[in-house]
Amino acid sequence: MRSNPADYQLVAPSSLQAVVSLLAAEPGAWLPIAGGTDVMVQYAAGKLPPQRMVSIWNLPELRRIEVSPDEIRIGAGCTYTDLREHESVQREFSLLAHAAAWIGGIANQNRGTLGGNIVNASPAADSLPALLAYEAELVLVSVRGERRVPYKDFHTGYKKTKLAPDELIRTVRLARRFSGHVAYARKVGARNAQAISKVCIAALGRRTGGGVEDIRIALGSVAPVPLRLAETERLVTGKPIDPFLLALARKTAIAEIQPIDDIRSTSRYRATVVGNLIAEFLEKLRTDEYHP
Amino acid sequence: MTESSSSGNPALSQVSFTVNGEWKTVRVYPMERLLDTLRHQLALTGTKEGCGEGECGSCSVLLNGALVNSCLVPVLQAKGADIVTIEGLAAGPQLDRVQEAFLKCGGAQCGICTPGMILAAHHLLQRKPDPTIEEIREGLSGNLCRCTGYIQIFEAVAEAARHRAAT
Repeated sequence: MRSNPADYQLVAPSSLQAVVSLLAAEPGAWLPIAGGTDVMVQYAAGKLPPQRMVSIWNLPELRRIEVSPDEIRIGAGCTYTDLREHESVQREFSLLAHAAAWIGGIANQNRGTLGGNIVNASPAADSLPALLAYEAELVLVSVRGERRVPYKDFHTGYKKTKLAPDELIRTVRLARRFSGHVAYARKVGARNAQAISKVCIAALGRRTGGGVEDIRIALGSVAPVPLRLAETERLVTGKPIDPFLLALARKTAIAEIQPIDDIRSTSRYRATVVGNLIAEFLEKLRTDEYHP
Repeated sequence: MTESSSSGNPALSQVSFTVNGEWKTVRVYPMERLLDTLRHQLALTGTKEGCGEGECGSCSVLLNGALVNSCLVPVLQAKGADIVTIEGLAAGPQLDRVQEAFLKCGGAQCGICTPGMILAAHHLLQRKPDPTIEEIREGLSGNLCRCTGYIQIFEAVAEAARHRAAT
Protein backbone atom coordinates (compact mmCIF):
# COMPACT_ATOMS: atom_id res chain seq x y z
CA MET A 1 0.00 0.00 0.00
CA ARG A 2 1.52 3.31 -1.10
CA SER A 3 1.92 6.16 1.37
CA ASN A 4 -0.15 9.31 1.05
CA PRO A 5 2.00 12.44 0.59
CA ALA A 6 -0.59 14.46 2.52
CA ASP A 7 0.46 12.57 5.67
CA TYR A 8 4.06 13.79 5.53
CA GLN A 9 5.69 17.11 6.13
CA LEU A 10 8.91 17.93 4.30
CA VAL A 11 11.01 21.06 4.72
CA ALA A 12 14.22 22.01 2.96
CA PRO A 13 16.34 24.51 4.95
CA SER A 14 19.09 26.09 2.88
CA SER A 15 21.96 25.65 5.35
CA LEU A 16 23.45 22.94 7.55
CA GLN A 17 23.10 25.28 10.55
CA ALA A 18 19.35 25.58 9.97
CA VAL A 19 19.02 21.78 9.72
CA VAL A 20 20.88 21.04 12.97
CA SER A 21 18.89 23.77 14.75
CA LEU A 22 15.69 22.07 13.64
CA LEU A 23 16.98 18.68 14.83
CA ALA A 24 18.02 20.18 18.20
CA ALA A 25 14.66 21.85 18.82
CA GLU A 26 12.87 18.47 18.83
CA PRO A 27 15.40 15.61 18.83
CA GLY A 28 14.06 12.57 17.02
CA ALA A 29 11.04 14.39 15.57
CA TRP A 30 12.56 14.99 12.13
CA LEU A 31 13.82 12.35 9.72
CA PRO A 32 16.62 13.61 7.47
CA ILE A 33 16.34 12.67 3.79
CA ALA A 34 19.19 13.14 1.31
CA GLY A 35 18.95 11.46 -2.13
CA GLY A 36 16.00 9.33 -1.05
CA THR A 37 17.33 6.02 -2.40
CA ASP A 38 16.50 4.30 0.88
CA VAL A 39 13.86 6.54 2.49
CA MET A 40 11.70 6.88 -0.64
CA VAL A 41 11.73 3.11 -1.14
CA GLN A 42 10.34 2.67 2.38
CA TYR A 43 7.84 5.44 1.65
CA ALA A 44 6.72 3.82 -1.61
CA ALA A 45 6.20 0.51 0.15
CA GLY A 46 4.03 2.11 2.85
CA LYS A 47 6.65 1.22 5.47
CA LEU A 48 7.55 4.76 6.51
CA PRO A 49 5.24 5.97 9.29
CA PRO A 50 3.74 9.43 8.65
CA GLN A 51 6.22 11.97 9.97
CA ARG A 52 8.09 15.20 9.59
CA MET A 53 11.07 15.09 7.27
CA VAL A 54 13.91 17.47 6.60
CA SER A 55 15.75 17.49 3.29
CA ILE A 56 19.55 17.58 3.46
CA TRP A 57 19.93 16.96 -0.29
CA ASN A 58 22.54 19.15 -1.96
CA LEU A 59 23.43 21.19 1.14
CA PRO A 60 26.67 22.89 0.02
CA GLU A 61 28.39 22.22 3.37
CA LEU A 62 27.88 18.46 2.90
CA ARG A 63 28.66 18.20 -0.79
CA ARG A 64 32.37 18.83 -1.10
CA ILE A 65 35.55 16.79 -1.15
CA GLU A 66 38.66 18.44 0.30
CA VAL A 67 42.15 17.05 -0.16
CA SER A 68 44.91 18.15 2.20
CA PRO A 69 48.47 16.75 2.44
CA ASP A 70 47.48 14.23 5.14
CA GLU A 71 43.87 13.38 4.50
CA ILE A 72 40.85 13.58 2.28
CA ARG A 73 37.61 14.89 3.75
CA ILE A 74 34.46 13.72 2.02
CA GLY A 75 31.22 15.57 2.77
CA ALA A 76 28.52 13.12 3.87
CA GLY A 77 26.18 14.48 1.18
CA CYS A 78 28.52 13.51 -1.67
CA THR A 79 26.90 11.08 -4.07
CA TYR A 80 28.41 7.84 -5.33
CA THR A 81 28.89 9.63 -8.66
CA ASP A 82 30.84 12.38 -6.87
CA LEU A 83 33.07 9.68 -5.35
CA ARG A 84 33.69 7.61 -8.46
CA GLU A 85 34.47 10.70 -10.54
CA HIS A 86 36.87 12.28 -8.03
CA GLU A 87 40.46 11.95 -9.13
CA SER A 88 42.01 11.51 -5.65
CA VAL A 89 39.35 9.01 -4.60
CA GLN A 90 40.00 6.99 -7.77
CA ARG A 91 43.76 7.06 -7.35
CA GLU A 92 44.24 6.66 -3.59
CA PHE A 93 40.98 5.18 -2.33
CA SER A 94 40.06 2.82 -5.13
CA LEU A 95 38.12 0.51 -2.79
CA LEU A 96 35.64 3.34 -2.26
CA ALA A 97 35.57 4.31 -5.95
CA HIS A 98 34.90 0.66 -6.91
CA ALA A 99 32.09 0.28 -4.36
CA ALA A 100 30.54 3.57 -5.55
CA ALA A 101 30.59 2.24 -9.11
CA TRP A 102 28.74 -1.01 -8.33
CA ILE A 103 26.06 0.46 -6.04
CA GLY A 104 22.69 0.58 -7.82
CA GLY A 105 22.75 1.94 -11.37
CA ILE A 106 23.73 5.37 -12.66
CA ALA A 107 20.48 7.04 -11.51
CA ASN A 108 20.86 5.77 -7.96
CA GLN A 109 24.56 6.70 -7.95
CA ASN A 110 23.50 10.25 -8.86
CA ARG A 111 21.28 10.46 -5.77
CA GLY A 112 22.53 8.03 -3.13
CA THR A 113 25.03 9.55 -0.68
CA LEU A 114 27.93 8.21 1.35
CA GLY A 115 26.39 9.61 4.56
CA GLY A 116 23.11 7.90 3.73
CA ASN A 117 24.84 4.56 3.25
CA ILE A 118 26.48 4.94 6.68
CA VAL A 119 23.36 6.07 8.57
CA ASN A 120 21.07 3.54 6.91
CA ALA A 121 23.40 1.02 8.55
CA SER A 122 22.60 -1.99 6.42
CA PRO A 123 24.97 -4.94 6.93
CA ALA A 124 24.94 -5.21 3.12
CA ALA A 125 25.96 -1.57 2.51
CA ASP A 126 28.58 -1.66 -0.22
CA SER A 127 30.68 1.37 0.75
CA LEU A 128 31.19 0.39 4.39
CA PRO A 129 33.82 -2.35 4.09
CA ALA A 130 35.99 0.23 2.31
CA LEU A 131 35.57 2.64 5.25
CA LEU A 132 36.64 -0.13 7.64
CA ALA A 133 39.70 -0.99 5.55
CA TYR A 134 40.80 2.65 5.38
CA GLU A 135 40.05 3.18 9.10
CA ALA A 136 37.78 6.10 8.30
CA GLU A 137 36.83 8.63 10.94
CA LEU A 138 33.39 10.25 11.00
CA VAL A 139 32.78 13.85 11.99
CA LEU A 140 29.31 14.21 13.53
CA VAL A 141 27.71 17.64 13.85
CA SER A 142 24.93 19.10 15.99
CA VAL A 143 24.24 22.48 17.63
CA ARG A 144 26.40 21.16 20.49
CA GLY A 145 29.39 21.17 18.16
CA GLU A 146 31.35 18.47 16.36
CA ARG A 147 32.64 15.14 17.58
CA ARG A 148 34.77 12.51 15.93
CA VAL A 149 33.99 8.80 15.97
CA PRO A 150 36.11 6.13 14.29
CA TYR A 151 33.84 4.41 11.76
CA LYS A 152 34.69 1.00 13.26
CA ASP A 153 32.91 2.04 16.48
CA PHE A 154 29.92 3.68 14.79
CA HIS A 155 27.81 0.63 13.97
CA THR A 156 26.85 -0.93 17.28
CA GLY A 157 24.48 -3.63 15.99
CA TYR A 158 22.06 -4.53 13.22
CA LYS A 159 20.86 -1.15 11.86
CA LYS A 160 22.07 0.52 15.07
CA THR A 161 24.50 3.45 15.21
CA LYS A 162 26.02 5.94 17.62
CA LEU A 163 24.32 8.88 15.90
CA ALA A 164 22.38 10.98 18.44
CA PRO A 165 18.86 12.12 17.43
CA ASP A 166 20.06 15.71 17.00
CA GLU A 167 23.15 14.80 14.95
CA LEU A 168 24.10 14.44 11.30
CA ILE A 169 27.23 12.97 9.78
CA ARG A 170 29.12 15.90 8.37
CA THR A 171 32.37 14.50 7.01
CA VAL A 172 34.17 11.21 6.40
CA ARG A 173 37.93 11.57 6.94
CA LEU A 174 40.40 9.19 5.29
CA ALA A 175 44.14 9.32 6.01
CA ARG A 176 46.26 9.43 2.84
CA ARG A 177 48.57 6.54 3.62
CA PHE A 178 47.35 3.68 1.45
CA SER A 179 48.57 4.55 -2.03
CA GLY A 180 51.33 1.90 -1.74
CA HIS A 181 48.93 -0.87 -0.73
CA VAL A 182 47.50 -3.52 -3.00
CA ALA A 183 43.73 -2.91 -3.07
CA TYR A 184 41.16 -5.61 -3.73
CA ALA A 185 37.42 -4.94 -3.99
CA ARG A 186 34.76 -7.30 -5.20
CA LYS A 187 31.00 -7.64 -5.03
CA VAL A 188 29.33 -11.01 -5.40
CA GLY A 189 25.65 -10.59 -6.28
CA ALA A 190 23.00 -11.74 -8.73
CA ARG A 191 24.22 -9.02 -11.11
CA ASN A 192 26.60 -6.13 -10.71
CA ALA A 193 24.10 -3.27 -11.01
CA GLN A 194 21.03 -2.82 -8.80
CA ALA A 195 21.23 -6.22 -7.04
CA ILE A 196 22.17 -6.06 -3.36
CA SER A 197 25.38 -7.92 -2.53
CA LYS A 198 25.38 -11.51 -1.30
CA VAL A 199 28.92 -10.78 -0.09
CA CYS A 200 31.23 -7.84 -0.70
CA ILE A 201 34.87 -7.37 0.26
CA ALA A 202 37.31 -4.49 0.56
CA ALA A 203 40.88 -5.45 1.36
CA LEU A 204 44.28 -3.76 1.51
CA GLY A 205 47.72 -5.19 2.05
CA ARG A 206 51.41 -4.82 1.46
CA ARG A 207 54.03 -7.41 0.79
CA THR A 208 57.61 -7.15 1.97
CA GLY A 209 59.96 -9.70 0.50
CA GLY A 210 57.65 -12.68 0.54
CA GLY A 211 55.63 -11.80 3.65
CA VAL A 212 52.32 -10.08 4.31
CA GLU A 213 52.37 -6.72 6.03
CA ASP A 214 49.66 -4.27 7.15
CA ILE A 215 46.75 -6.30 5.88
CA ARG A 216 43.13 -5.17 6.24
CA ILE A 217 40.19 -7.33 5.24
CA ALA A 218 36.62 -6.03 5.56
CA LEU A 219 33.41 -7.73 4.49
CA GLY A 220 29.76 -6.83 4.00
CA SER A 221 26.66 -9.06 4.25
CA VAL A 222 28.30 -11.67 6.50
CA ALA A 223 27.37 -10.37 9.99
CA PRO A 224 24.91 -7.90 11.61
CA VAL A 225 27.40 -5.10 10.89
CA PRO A 226 30.15 -4.69 8.31
CA LEU A 227 33.01 -6.75 9.65
CA ARG A 228 36.79 -6.51 9.76
CA LEU A 229 38.53 -9.91 10.03
CA ALA A 230 40.92 -9.13 12.88
CA GLU A 231 41.88 -12.74 13.59
CA THR A 232 42.55 -13.59 9.95
CA GLU A 233 44.62 -10.43 9.58
CA ARG A 234 46.67 -11.32 12.67
CA LEU A 235 47.29 -14.87 11.52
CA VAL A 236 48.57 -13.99 8.06
CA THR A 237 50.68 -10.98 9.06
CA GLY A 238 54.39 -11.57 8.67
CA LYS A 239 53.96 -14.87 6.83
CA PRO A 240 54.89 -15.77 3.26
CA ILE A 241 51.93 -16.33 0.94
CA ASP A 242 51.87 -20.03 0.11
CA PRO A 243 49.20 -22.75 -0.22
CA PHE A 244 49.42 -23.43 3.52
CA LEU A 245 48.67 -19.79 4.35
CA LEU A 246 45.77 -19.67 1.88
CA ALA A 247 44.16 -22.70 3.55
CA LEU A 248 44.69 -21.23 7.02
CA ALA A 249 43.29 -17.83 5.98
CA ARG A 250 40.22 -19.44 4.40
CA LYS A 251 39.48 -21.47 7.51
CA THR A 252 40.03 -18.58 9.92
CA ALA A 253 37.93 -16.16 7.88
CA ILE A 254 35.00 -18.57 7.73
CA ALA A 255 35.19 -19.01 11.51
CA GLU A 256 35.11 -15.22 12.02
CA ILE A 257 31.94 -14.44 10.08
CA GLN A 258 28.30 -15.01 11.06
CA PRO A 259 26.50 -15.31 7.73
CA ILE A 260 22.76 -16.00 7.57
CA ASP A 261 20.27 -17.54 5.15
CA ASP A 262 18.08 -14.83 3.62
CA ILE A 263 16.28 -13.86 0.42
CA ARG A 264 19.58 -13.22 -1.39
CA SER A 265 21.73 -16.17 -0.43
CA THR A 266 22.50 -18.89 2.10
CA SER A 267 24.89 -19.02 5.01
CA ARG A 268 26.80 -21.88 3.38
CA TYR A 269 27.17 -20.12 0.04
CA ARG A 270 28.35 -16.93 1.73
CA ALA A 271 30.94 -18.81 3.80
CA THR A 272 32.31 -20.58 0.72
CA VAL A 273 32.47 -17.31 -1.22
CA VAL A 274 34.26 -15.55 1.64
CA GLY A 275 36.93 -18.27 1.64
CA ASN A 276 37.35 -17.89 -2.12
CA LEU A 277 37.56 -14.09 -1.93
CA ILE A 278 40.22 -14.22 0.79
CA ALA A 279 42.25 -16.67 -1.30
CA GLU A 280 41.85 -14.51 -4.42
CA PHE A 281 42.99 -11.41 -2.51
CA LEU A 282 46.07 -13.13 -1.07
CA GLU A 283 46.92 -14.49 -4.51
CA LYS A 284 46.65 -10.96 -5.92
CA LEU A 285 48.88 -9.70 -3.10
CA ARG A 286 51.43 -12.43 -3.86
CA THR A 287 51.60 -11.75 -7.60
CA ASP A 288 51.27 -7.96 -7.56
CA GLU A 289 54.34 -6.03 -8.44
CA TYR A 290 56.31 -5.30 -5.30
CA HIS A 291 56.00 -1.66 -4.18
CA PRO A 292 58.56 -0.94 -1.47
CA MET B 1 9.07 25.49 2.31
CA THR B 2 5.93 24.01 3.74
CA GLU B 3 3.54 25.89 6.00
CA SER B 4 1.94 23.64 8.60
CA SER B 5 -1.82 23.67 8.79
CA SER B 6 -3.54 23.71 12.16
CA SER B 7 -4.19 19.96 11.95
CA GLY B 8 -0.45 19.25 11.88
CA ASN B 9 -0.71 17.97 8.33
CA PRO B 10 1.37 19.75 5.76
CA ALA B 11 -0.29 22.38 3.65
CA LEU B 12 0.00 22.28 -0.09
CA SER B 13 3.14 24.14 -1.16
CA GLN B 14 4.02 26.03 -4.28
CA VAL B 15 7.03 24.56 -6.02
CA SER B 16 8.51 26.00 -9.20
CA PHE B 17 10.97 24.46 -11.63
CA THR B 18 11.84 24.33 -15.30
CA VAL B 19 10.47 21.39 -17.26
CA ASN B 20 11.64 20.93 -20.83
CA GLY B 21 12.61 24.59 -20.98
CA GLU B 22 9.38 25.99 -19.52
CA TRP B 23 9.08 27.52 -16.04
CA LYS B 24 6.24 25.79 -14.19
CA THR B 25 4.65 26.30 -10.78
CA VAL B 26 2.68 23.50 -9.16
CA ARG B 27 0.71 23.24 -5.90
CA VAL B 28 1.77 19.99 -4.30
CA TYR B 29 2.36 18.14 -1.07
CA PRO B 30 6.14 18.42 -0.73
CA MET B 31 6.57 14.64 -0.34
CA GLU B 32 4.71 13.92 -3.56
CA ARG B 33 6.91 11.93 -5.92
CA LEU B 34 8.26 14.00 -8.82
CA LEU B 35 6.99 11.15 -11.03
CA ASP B 36 3.39 11.83 -9.96
CA THR B 37 3.70 15.60 -10.35
CA LEU B 38 5.02 15.16 -13.89
CA ARG B 39 2.35 12.68 -14.92
CA HIS B 40 -0.73 13.96 -13.12
CA GLN B 41 -0.30 17.72 -12.84
CA LEU B 42 1.80 18.41 -15.90
CA ALA B 43 0.36 15.61 -18.09
CA LEU B 44 3.86 14.50 -19.07
CA THR B 45 2.92 10.83 -19.25
CA GLY B 46 6.00 9.84 -21.26
CA THR B 47 7.67 9.27 -17.89
CA LYS B 48 6.51 5.77 -16.89
CA GLU B 49 6.10 4.08 -13.56
CA GLY B 50 7.54 0.57 -13.43
CA CYS B 51 8.61 -0.72 -10.05
CA GLY B 52 8.15 2.46 -8.01
CA GLU B 53 11.23 1.66 -5.95
CA GLY B 54 14.22 2.80 -7.98
CA GLU B 55 15.06 -0.61 -9.46
CA CYS B 56 13.82 -0.43 -13.06
CA GLY B 57 14.59 3.03 -14.45
CA SER B 58 11.25 3.48 -16.27
CA CYS B 59 10.69 6.81 -14.50
CA SER B 60 14.14 8.21 -15.37
CA VAL B 61 14.35 11.95 -15.96
CA LEU B 62 17.24 14.41 -16.03
CA LEU B 63 17.40 16.63 -12.94
CA ASN B 64 19.94 19.43 -13.41
CA GLY B 65 21.53 17.23 -16.05
CA ALA B 66 21.81 14.14 -13.82
CA LEU B 67 19.87 10.97 -14.57
CA VAL B 68 17.55 10.20 -11.62
CA ASN B 69 14.62 7.92 -10.85
CA SER B 70 11.73 10.36 -10.47
CA CYS B 71 9.86 7.87 -8.25
CA LEU B 72 12.52 8.45 -5.57
CA VAL B 73 12.55 12.27 -5.73
CA PRO B 74 10.22 14.19 -3.40
CA VAL B 75 8.96 17.05 -5.53
CA LEU B 76 10.20 19.66 -3.05
CA GLN B 77 13.77 18.56 -3.84
CA ALA B 78 13.17 19.58 -7.47
CA LYS B 79 12.48 23.20 -6.44
CA GLY B 80 14.31 25.52 -8.83
CA ALA B 81 15.71 22.59 -10.79
CA ASP B 82 16.02 22.13 -14.54
CA ILE B 83 14.11 18.97 -15.46
CA VAL B 84 14.16 17.21 -18.83
CA THR B 85 11.66 14.43 -19.57
CA ILE B 86 11.35 12.32 -22.71
CA GLU B 87 8.95 14.95 -24.10
CA GLY B 88 11.79 17.48 -23.98
CA LEU B 89 14.29 15.62 -26.16
CA ALA B 90 12.73 16.07 -29.59
CA ALA B 91 12.67 19.54 -31.15
CA GLY B 92 9.11 19.55 -32.51
CA PRO B 93 8.82 16.89 -35.20
CA GLN B 94 12.62 16.50 -35.33
CA LEU B 95 13.53 13.53 -33.13
CA ASP B 96 16.68 13.46 -31.03
CA ARG B 97 19.48 11.31 -32.52
CA VAL B 98 19.04 8.71 -29.77
CA GLN B 99 15.32 8.45 -30.55
CA GLU B 100 16.12 8.08 -34.26
CA ALA B 101 18.62 5.35 -33.49
CA PHE B 102 16.11 3.42 -31.33
CA LEU B 103 13.65 3.55 -34.25
CA LYS B 104 16.25 2.44 -36.77
CA CYS B 105 17.63 -0.42 -34.65
CA GLY B 106 14.35 -1.72 -33.22
CA GLY B 107 15.29 -0.67 -29.71
CA ALA B 108 11.68 -0.48 -28.51
CA GLN B 109 8.95 -3.09 -28.20
CA CYS B 110 6.23 -2.56 -25.59
CA GLY B 111 7.59 0.91 -24.91
CA ILE B 112 7.39 1.09 -21.12
CA CYS B 113 11.16 1.13 -20.57
CA THR B 114 11.87 3.15 -23.72
CA PRO B 115 11.65 6.74 -22.39
CA GLY B 116 13.97 5.83 -19.50
CA MET B 117 16.34 3.92 -21.77
CA ILE B 118 16.56 6.87 -24.17
CA LEU B 119 17.22 9.35 -21.35
CA ALA B 120 19.85 7.03 -19.81
CA ALA B 121 21.48 6.72 -23.26
CA HIS B 122 21.33 10.49 -23.78
CA HIS B 123 22.95 11.01 -20.33
CA LEU B 124 25.69 8.49 -21.17
CA LEU B 125 26.46 10.03 -24.58
CA GLN B 126 26.75 13.49 -23.06
CA ARG B 127 29.51 12.19 -20.79
CA LYS B 128 31.03 9.61 -23.12
CA PRO B 129 30.42 10.54 -26.76
CA ASP B 130 32.15 7.38 -28.03
CA PRO B 131 31.31 4.69 -25.46
CA THR B 132 32.61 1.13 -25.50
CA ILE B 133 30.06 -1.68 -25.32
CA GLU B 134 30.95 -2.12 -21.63
CA GLU B 135 30.28 1.57 -21.02
CA ILE B 136 26.93 1.30 -22.82
CA ARG B 137 25.95 -1.72 -20.72
CA GLU B 138 26.96 0.05 -17.51
CA GLY B 139 25.27 3.33 -18.48
CA LEU B 140 21.98 1.48 -19.04
CA SER B 141 22.40 -1.05 -16.21
CA GLY B 142 19.78 0.66 -14.03
CA ASN B 143 17.14 0.42 -16.78
CA LEU B 144 15.37 -2.90 -17.15
CA CYS B 145 13.70 -4.15 -20.35
CA ARG B 146 11.62 -7.34 -20.43
CA CYS B 147 11.02 -7.38 -24.21
CA THR B 148 14.04 -6.73 -26.36
CA GLY B 149 16.79 -8.76 -24.74
CA TYR B 150 18.81 -5.49 -24.75
CA ILE B 151 20.86 -6.22 -27.88
CA GLN B 152 18.91 -3.85 -30.15
CA ILE B 153 19.01 -1.22 -27.41
CA PHE B 154 22.80 -1.42 -27.10
CA GLU B 155 23.03 -1.27 -30.92
CA ALA B 156 20.83 1.82 -30.92
CA VAL B 157 23.12 3.60 -28.46
CA ALA B 158 26.20 2.69 -30.51
CA GLU B 159 24.38 3.87 -33.66
CA ALA B 160 23.52 7.20 -32.00
CA ALA B 161 27.19 7.66 -31.08
CA ARG B 162 28.30 6.86 -34.66
CA HIS B 163 25.66 9.19 -36.10
CA ARG B 164 26.95 12.03 -33.97
CA ALA B 165 30.55 11.30 -34.92
CA ALA B 166 29.55 11.44 -38.61
CA THR B 167 27.72 14.76 -38.40
